[in-house]
Amino acid sequence: MSRRGRLGLFAVAGVGAAAVLVVGLAGLPAFGDYHAAYGLIVNGVGLSERHATDLVTAVNFDYRAFDTLGEEFLLFGSAVGVAVLLRPTRGERQPPRAAAADERRFAGASPALRALSIGLISPLIVLGAYIVTHGQLTPGGGFQGGVILATAPLMAFLAGRVLAFKMIATEHLVEAGEAFGAAGYALIGLGGLVFSGVFFHNFLPMGLAGHLLSGGTMPLSSIAVGLEVAGAFLLVWTELLDQAMLHGPGRSSGGGS
Amino acid sequence: MSFLPYAIAAWLFVIGLFGIVRSRNLVITIASLSVVQSSTYLVLLGVGYRTGAQAPILADIPQVARTVDPVVHALALVDVVVEATLFALLLALAVQGHKRYGSVDPDEMRIMRG
Repeated sequence: MSRRGRLGLFAVAGVGAAAVLVVGLAGLPAFGDYHAAYGLIVNGVGLSERHATDLVTAVNFDYRAFDTLGEEFLLFGSAVGVAVLLRPTRGERQPPRAAAADERRFAGASPALRALSIGLISPLIVLGAYIVTHGQLTPGGGFQGGVILATAPLMAFLAGRVLAFKMIATEHLVEAGEAFGAAGYALIGLGGLVFSGVFFHNFLPMGLAGHLLSGGTMPLSSIAVGLEVAGAFLLVWTELLDQAMLHGPGRSSGGGS
Repeated sequence: MSFLPYAIAAWLFVIGLFGIVRSRNLVITIASLSVVQSSTYLVLLGVGYRTGAQAPILADIPQVARTVDPVVHALALVDVVVEATLFALLLALAVQGHKRYGSVDPDEMRIMRG
């Protein structure tokens, strides 16, 4: 279809979609006029039942832990998908010495960016670990903290040190983190089945609300998910970075824009 | 005022669709799709909002405080994770498309097939 035809079709369909959206959204309760039972119940019993002060984490890793299992394996599956899609095809293998040249090619970082990135590595690790382990107390948890943890090695890349990035986040380490995180979370679910007879039942003592070790299995789930998320994001970034190194400016093998 | 969050969500949805239709670059198509998806965050969080309520983090607020629905916040988190993974996959597909056809313009990719 021609470009003009496509836009014309969209003008008609877009108006229709907008009308359906307006009708649908108009049927929702007014903004701020909230009466759903589920959220009110969680708000009412979350603290007394589960001793977690962050109810979002309580929903994620306890009340809807099974849902999070699916979410986690979705992340796992798509990271594997990216790795499969971007695997080096025939004739793409880099000769080992050419890798050293890449170190220079990506060294476009200014001294300021370089210093800042190197200096940010350890604070990011601390922040990531803090967010992962305090999910049941304050905003955060495995998903959020895992992404922050994954950005720490990425700082080495920002500093222009591609090889250092690949040495810190080696493929084996990243894959192991992802696999152990995913398996660990599933095992926590099985623990509930073994000790309490219900999959993902919170089988550990709840502890004192507001303390680091509270919320039963929530801190453990957080750590498992944090590992998995950090591993998955680093795996995706490594794969995309490999592509950039193979096909980046100056090495484009025909085609290229 | 109460309709504004939903109005912005609808606008994001439609303008994202417009971006998808108008784009001539797969990377821009994918970015437009992320605009479409960001409208779902607004709907989710808007549905769970209670007038005058605070975030469902009970660490620093009085026990009697009204709090917003934590379930939709958890769902928004799922939404963000899905978005991140989906776009990683889509960008990987765009990289592969560029490798095969030497372009990320869907029209040119069609010509070069076969």
